[in-house]
Amino acid sequence: MPVFFLALRRLRGPLITLISVYAIAVFGLTLIPGVDSNGNPWRMDFLHAFYFVSFMGSTIGFGEIPYPFTEGQRLWVLVCIYFSVVAWLYTIGRAITLAQEPAFRQAVTYGTFENAVRRIDGPFYIICGYGDTGRLLVRGFIQHNTRTVVIDNDQEQINNLELADLTLYVPGLRANVNHPNNLIAAGLNHSRCAGVIAVTNSDHVNLKVAISSKLLQPHLPVICRSEIHDVGINMESFGTDEIVNPFDIFADRLAMALHSPANFVIHQWLTSASNTPMSEPLFPPKGRWILCGYGRFGKAVQKILAFAGVEATIIELDPKRTHAPEDTILGRGTEAVTLREGGVEQAVGIIAGTDDDANNLSIIMTARELNAELFVVARQNRQENDALFQAADVNLVMQRSDIIARTIITRITKPLLAEFLQQLPQNDEESTNVLASRISAVSEQTARTWTLIVTKSQAPALAVALFKGDHITLSMILEHTPDAPNKNCLPLLLKRDHVTTMLPAITTQLEHGDHLLFAGTRSAEKRLTWVTGNANALDGVISLFQPAAHTSPVS
Amino acid sequence: MNLQKVLFAFFIMLALTLNFSFFIGEIDNPEHHHVYELFTAIVVSLIATIMKFGDRSHLGAVLLAASLVADLQLISAAVLWGVAEHVLELNLQGAIMATIVSFSGGALIANLISVVLLITETVQARR
Repeated sequence: MPVFFLALRRLRGPLITLISVYAIAVFGLTLIPGVDSNGNPWRMDFLHAFYFVSFMGSTIGFGEIPYPFTEGQRLWVLVCIYFSVVAWLYTIGRAITLAQEPAFRQAVTYGTFENAVRRIDGPFYIICGYGDTGRLLVRGFIQHNTRTVVIDNDQEQINNLELADLTLYVPGLRANVNHPNNLIAAGLNHSRCAGVIAVTNSDHVNLKVAISSKLLQPHLPVICRSEIHDVGINMESFGTDEIVNPFDIFADRLAMALHSPANFVIHQWLTSASNTPMSEPLFPPKGRWILCGYGRFGKAVQKILAFAGVEATIIELDPKRTHAPEDTILGRGTEAVTLREGGVEQAVGIIAGTDDDANNLSIIMTARELNAELFVVARQNRQENDALFQAADVNLVMQRSDIIARTIITRITKPLLAEFLQQLPQNDEESTNVLASRISAVSEQTARTWTLIVTKSQAPALAVALFKGDHITLSMILEHTPDAPNKNCLPLLLKRDHVTTMLPAITTQLEHGDHLLFAGTRSAEKRLTWVTGNANALDGVISLFQPAAHTSPVS
Repeated sequence: MNLQKVLFAFFIMLALTLNFSFFIGEIDNPEHHHVYELFTAIVVSLIATIMKFGDRSHLGAVLLAASLVADLQLISAAVLWGVAEHVLELNLQGAIMATIVSFSGGALIANLISVVLLITETVQARR
């Protein structure tokens, strides 16, 4: 609406000119004497005059209506034609100039964006920054049917968003993220706003977003990306709900991949989109590794490798600036000489961890030539290099934006899964391996994960049965009998009164208010929803267990 | 003093006075209400409306609304006149004329409110 008034304000001059020209023309026509078809004196009344001027002004023409004009009238019409044409040209010209003015166009886009945000009727997240991470986040949220709104400083990124083939409409605005007003335009004060995610490249901008949202809407969760620990601590100090440090998470995941492959593969499976082919488990060799690049990423990796007791040789171009350890080998790692000096022939694996994709690829190629047996881990910095890293046939590609996006999406859409993954490393290797094989047995493709909350709204039949005092175990709702075990559905986590149980036993008795996390196929999910939601179905399932129900131990 | 302000006040007041000069007279007597008076009242009222476009203040919004009301009433009066005289070919005596003039009376009140608001604002700005 403000845009409309802005336009009218700018068009004040032309509009007044137009009205004046029309008024004078009409007035003149009513004054000039004419004759009717019989030659009697006749004067145009206002109706006919306005009618004539209206079509004269726009088309110059249906002829002289209702009676042929006298000389005097023609003279006046001649004058009027020129004036009305000029007035129209002036008005249209001004309107076009206005429409092309950058400020006006921006006001229009801003208005459209604000309207689009206002009309969102489901919960949505504001995503600040549409780089690699932002793009993955938007896609991930769409897979969970969650709406998002994007703001970015860069018009090019917003163009990318507009061209992206997305199934849900995602409003995007090129605006200074630093400016709280733009956050408000993106729906910070909207009643359905579910949270703010700041994943711009700049820590400072993310910090500003976190402060603004925490001040304006203290209850909204805020998730921030922060590369610098100090800024992260600052963000934490005013209640930012989650700070994602890409280097830490990245290094942590890498360490997990090297140290506990089963754990890593479970992570990959459960956090990737369902119905994608399962990634193969990796078996990284034990022994000495070579780490190329000792920047923030390299440092985080080195710290975790040292913690895990893995020996690593570091190759770094500028050891002084990066405060690399004494025995660091000088060089980029892209040259055979440096790699040989680092003992590439005896090493079991290499981590190409510089911040330049071309260098990382070059390190991989050179190292492979020197030692074909090497286990190769590459850091991929930019998403557009996907094809190159795939072609390079690397054992493990670690892409920063992918890891951040997965972490954030899991945390928001499946908090129970995030909890599960967090507790996973506490298991010993043996049981993690068993779990991995059980998850892989669920289906050919990546398993779905979903949460069941035992309440009247989510599982009505189950809640009512429990309320009546029925004893119902996990095995019942999963229809899991010793003769016909249900392999398509795996209970991962039970949360009851803030106490979480990993991999609850199948004999666990259910209680009202339980939160359960399952992994399984889509049909298993549907079956479970049906059994827990339909009283008849539940009765039928329970009756199957009747003989066994009183003998089954309750754990 | 600035020319824009003079023009602004001029058109708002002219809209009121022209409106009044059409309105004044016996309500159902066509002799007392000339069509040219209605015509000028409409034109000036439209111009006054456009002059009020784009003022973001609260007062500006009320002024614009008052003007739009006046336009609506005056144009209704003119349409009624046209329909009665040319389409239905009625005699303008009596009830029809009274309705037309009543419409312009409504517009007169809206224009009066505009002028009162304008004066109030001026007086407040003086202090």
